[in-house]
Amino acid sequence: MKVEQISIFLENRAGRLADVTRTLSEAGVNIRALSLADTTDFGILRLIVTDHEKAKQALKENGFTVGRTNVVAAEVQDKPGGLHSILSMLSENGINVEYMYAFVQQSGKNAVLIFRFDRTDEAIETLQKHGIRIIPGNELYNI
Amino acid sequence: MVFDVQNETMPRDELESLQLKRLKYLAGKVYHNVPFYKQKFDEMGIKPESIKSISDLKNLPFTEKQDLRNNYPFGLFAVPRESVVRVHVSSGTTGKATVVGYTQRDVDNWARLMARSFESCGVNSTDIVHNAYGYGLFTGGLGAHYGAEVLGATILPVSGGATKRQVMLMKDFGPTVLCCTPSYALHLYETALANGISMEDLKLRVGIFGAEPWTEEMRQDIQNKLRLKALDIYGLSEIMGPGVGIECIAAQDGLHIWEDHFLMEIIDPETGESLPPGEKGELVITTLTKEAQPLIRYRTRDITRINPIPCRCGRTHYRIERITGRSDDMLIIRGVNVFPSQIESILLETEGLSPHYQLIIDRKGSMDILEVQVEVDEKLFSDEIKHLQNMEKKIMSHIKEFLGVTAKITMVEPKTIARSEGKAKRIIDRRNV
Ligand SMILES: [Zn+2]
Repeated sequence: MKVEQISIFLENRAGRLADVTRTLSEAGVNIRALSLADTTDFGILRLIVTDHEKAKQALKENGFTVGRTNVVAAEVQDKPGGLHSILSMLSENGINVEYMYAFVQQSGKNAVLIFRFDRTDEAIETLQKHGIRIIPGNELYNI
Repeated sequence: MVFDVQNETMPRDELESLQLKRLKYLAGKVYHNVPFYKQKFDEMGIKPESIKSISDLKNLPFTEKQDLRNNYPFGLFAVPRESVVRVHVSSGTTGKATVVGYTQRDVDNWARLMARSFESCGVNSTDIVHNAYGYGLFTGGLGAHYGAEVLGATILPVSGGATKRQVMLMKDFGPTVLCCTPSYALHLYETALANGISMEDLKLRVGIFGAEPWTEEMRQDIQNKLRLKALDIYGLSEIMGPGVGIECIAAQDGLHIWEDHFLMEIIDPETGESLPPGEKGELVITTLTKEAQPLIRYRTRDITRINPIPCRCGRTHYRIERITGRSDDMLIIRGVNVFPSQIESILLETEGLSPHYQLIIDRKGSMDILEVQVEVDEKLFSDEIKHLQNMEKKIMSHIKEFLGVTAKITMVEPKTIARSEGKAKRIIDRRNV
């Protein structure tokens, strides 16, 4: 039920983000979701892509430091309070969210939340028990 | 075992009075025989007779590598050229070569000191020594060679190069002792494996490695791979060659310097002041017995400290710590002496990482600013900002704690730090003052 996410270390220099997107497009990899976290001198770009093996290889060949993490994708109705109910359910069960980001699917009315948990398996169990749909990796890569 | 019991285990008071006797004789000898020293002594208003105790050493002039270059080739000889039986030359990576001459007695002393060094490493007359130090103008090959002969061991004068043939000889002759640089030892290991020779096929027991700086981590690596005891040897051609100092197999902790022949001091490389025992600084050596080309207070540029604690091997000669850097590399940041090697060990000790790094020194107003750039490789990388920031904080606080300077730590992408010929450029000093 987990989703593969790749993360890339970036210095805060003009054009670095564009270097990543160009590398991926040249490798024929599409980006499904993206989030950038940054400080004054560096940033971490997190990506979900159509082919993470290919993406990782292309990025490494171009000198980027690339990491790989398992995250969880949850579907939530795109209406007020949707996110809040998920977050309170997790915190009631003592599960920490390390970080999260969201994107809206082209097709539907639902938003997709990408979570990085400290205890991934327990988080998935809790979400499912409460009727939240977890989107499997294959489905997400091919949206 | 000890090769020369009388001299190597001499009580400290006797050793020190022997040093004083030899120093007084030496001062007179260079004053009367080497114009360079006569001029220096006269300029400083020193007479050889004014030396009354070892502490008077600090009044004598230093000798720098540049002085050897200025007197190229034979200008520092203290004996007629006819009395010189051998000459070695050290290749100058940063300038003109330096020349060193030896009388027959110098060559004999050297061989005996090298024999002491071998025995200190647990080598004896039954051993077979594979000597892969280069033979020729460089002191390494011949220095080890004659020492092994004096000891009565069987020496294989292999010299450098033809590595595949070397590992074949190692298999066929079964040497028990290996002499070479630490990096060549690892190269021999890899070549052996690539040619289907495993360490079980060899009989190596002891490795004596020197002529380039190496770390404790590298020692462990060599010991595990080559399955031998790896010992550090110290020497420099200006002073003699290999065998100025050696680790003992009993302690494997620092190098005994043969103090009956070499008088050592530790100085502050900036001010030239002598530092008290135990402090880290530049090693300065006075050759007490050299005939052909004695040197007074030669500045080795090697950074170390003297350990006066008696050694379990029974030798009374003090030890120096493994050389941790060259004073040429020393940076002064806000009045604090910092060596790149210290930063490197802090990075190594922080999470056991050995990342590429670069030091950038700049000046804002009257303040020196030190920035340590650390390349983020896959081992260091985390997808969480806070992990990387914690790492920065940890490195910063270790540098503050151990070196007493505040540094800004910057995480940079791999390969941003310029490399030339495989070697990274470690220091960029932008203070043009
Ligand atoms: Zn010892």
